[in-house]
Amino acid sequence: MTGILAIWVGEGDHNDDGGEAMTNKLLRKLSPVLIGGCVAFGMSATAGAQQAALRIGFLAPTTGPFAQIGKDMVDGFQLYLDEVKNDFGGAKVTFIVEDEQGKPDTAVTKARKLVLQDKVQMFIGGLLASTGYALAPVSTKDSIYISPIAAADDLTQRDLAKFPYFIRTGWTSSQPSHPFGQWACDQGYKKIITVAADYAFGYEVVGGFQKAFEACGGQIIQKIWPPLGTKDFGPYLPTMKQDADAIFSLMVGPMALQFPRQLAAAGNKKPVIGGGTSYDEFVLPSMGDEVIGHVSALQYSAALDTPKNAEFVKKYRAKYGKVPSYYSESNYTTAQMVHEVMKQNNGKWPGGEMFIRQLNAVKVDSPRGPVRIDDMRNPVQNIYIKKVEKKKMFGYDKEELWNTVIKTYPNVDQFGQFNRAEYLKQPLYNRNVPACKYC
Amino acid sequence: MRSQQSKILAVAAALTALAIIIPNTNSFVLLLVTRALAFSILVMSLDLLLGFTGLPSLGQAAYLGVGAYLTAILATKFQFGLGYDFWVVIVLGILAGAALAAIFGLLAIRAAGVYFLMITLALGQCVWGLAYRWNSLTGGDNGINLRSRPKFGIDLAHDVTFFYLVFGFFVVSLLAMYVLVRSPFGRSLAGIRERELRMKILGYNTWLHKYIAFVIAGGFGGLSGVLWAHTAGIVSPENVVLTTSVDALLMAVLGGAGTLVGGVIGAFIVFGLREYLSTLVPWWQYVLGGVYVATILYLPGGLMGIPERIRQWRAMSGRAERQ
Repeated sequence: MTGILAIWVGEGDHNDDGGEAMTNKLLRKLSPVLIGGCVAFGMSATAGAQQAALRIGFLAPTTGPFAQIGKDMVDGFQLYLDEVKNDFGGAKVTFIVEDEQGKPDTAVTKARKLVLQDKVQMFIGGLLASTGYALAPVSTKDSIYISPIAAADDLTQRDLAKFPYFIRTGWTSSQPSHPFGQWACDQGYKKIITVAADYAFGYEVVGGFQKAFEACGGQIIQKIWPPLGTKDFGPYLPTMKQDADAIFSLMVGPMALQFPRQLAAAGNKKPVIGGGTSYDEFVLPSMGDEVIGHVSALQYSAALDTPKNAEFVKKYRAKYGKVPSYYSESNYTTAQMVHEVMKQNNGKWPGGEMFIRQLNAVKVDSPRGPVRIDDMRNPVQNIYIKKVEKKKMFGYDKEELWNTVIKTYPNVDQFGQFNRAEYLKQPLYNRNVPACKYC
Repeated sequence: MRSQQSKILAVAAALTALAIIIPNTNSFVLLLVTRALAFSILVMSLDLLLGFTGLPSLGQAAYLGVGAYLTAILATKFQFGLGYDFWVVIVLGILAGAALAAIFGLLAIRAAGVYFLMITLALGQCVWGLAYRWNSLTGGDNGINLRSRPKFGIDLAHDVTFFYLVFGFFVVSLLAMYVLVRSPFGRSLAGIRERELRMKILGYNTWLHKYIAFVIAGGFGGLSGVLWAHTAGIVSPENVVLTTSVDALLMAVLGGAGTLVGGVIGAFIVFGLREYLSTLVPWWQYVLGGVYVATILYLPGGLMGIPERIRQWRAMSGRAERQ
């Protein structure tokens, strides 16, 4: 909403410069009120635009339990817009943020609002995997859907053909897990226990890891599924088998803080590894020293030591006062990719079908490294194996926790080391897929 | 008696206005009103229990869920209910809601007050658990997407047509429940609400009365679910979770329990704030919270109590003037 206000105010200023020399003080004073009024009546911001316009709808949870993540998402996109001054290759960008409240149902309603009322050319966003599944059918050739965060596997796998106007710029849940399973084998781990949030995203991250780890000779000997949002892992910790070499965790939000703390308090000496969201920069600053040495895998780390990323982290931190998380980076890069396509078209909207084809062919050098999109409309990108370390980075003078990259798997696609055709024949990862053969 | 007639006239006028104005507004408003109407049927069914029988159910979303999941599963797995057989799904939805209520009622009706609240909450959460965990059938956390709306002569994919369908079901439900609460059966429900012991002494089988009311409410809940599935286009555990039940309860109380129409007003206000105001301002939650608090503090009878409050206030000031 602030986005719209900013744009409106911007337009107002522009008009003032343009010709209204007669503007008196009263009118100046009134203009914010008028602008507010226009926004309040939900008028679309297209009036009198000579310039080509691109209307982008953005869905993020700005209220409710995921509000902070939603803020990271919006901030990431906004940062890029500010950098280019809302100008995508000549098209003036109208950025409309809607609150999806972390509920698939609300997300659909809000997406329809963006499509029907605001007539956006694209809507971007959605946090939860379930929201991604819900939003994909809303996309049409006039309003395409781009998903930077919602990572539900099947959207770009088995269900791909159902959603021709959908494209992903983020990741699939199991994408980082495939190289990570291989990495775990390389460390000499033989037996691993998984502890993961009990919902689709958890199934897919663990499923990918299990498939990869067992393919190279490892064994998953126990799978524990605490419900999403668990605050006390007391009942689960004592049930963990003692003969494991390592523990794999997949936590989301506040769970990520609680699990390592309780695990350490229980006297755990085993190595702990985990999915990206367990140690993402969104939770990392709030974590204690007990997570030092924990290893996770994701397509982004704020500690990635490249000039591009250093620049991004510094800019983001200067503006929003915190280190960017992958939620920020993914949306920043998405904005960059959309910009690339619009540049090719000199700011003219090419139509949804054409836009997706062009976005599909785009290659960008983003903070997370080189990104391109495969023919199943999912990014091919580096996967980083990251270890939590306490150190100084990018010239900040305090010692902080950072996800130091210890190994890079370059250009990993969503099928990783597996054969695509065979992969697509197996069912979608689930609580019991793949089956726990060694439990 | 005259005041009753004028009330009916007012409701009829409001409904006619709604049917004429809404299809001519912007298509997002049309969508929201359709959603609010579909959900209103659930709120009215809850009001039947809460306002007329004195049973505060905290698990009403379960019946919406059963109807919605039934519709979604039939449509996606069996391609059933997308033509004229949509009407069969409507009937099945009502029956499924009623059947579930018939089972839950056996367990819940024995309790009263807070205990009834707790049991219905627990039963509602059982349905949520099933929806969340029974992956092969319900799609778990991801839910089920409905690819298309039914088509039989008329094409319900067209939003205005669909609005009139939901509106039609809404009016029929409102009428049916109105007739029900004005019937001798409805009167005895009110009697049970006021003083169950006295009704027992008078020879009424109060358990059976409550049980039947519970089953009927379940049936309307199922109907609301069928419509909801096609309105939202997605059915997920979010629809059966506790918050949805609480929402329905709050809407009923906000509008005024025991008035049927009150719940509808409550639903429109909550949907309006949560889904329309939230597109305009980021602080919509304060408004929603403020409305709840103000209603509880100043309007214990809900928004439908406003005319009564005004009348009281007038009478009081009139008396003051005479003195």
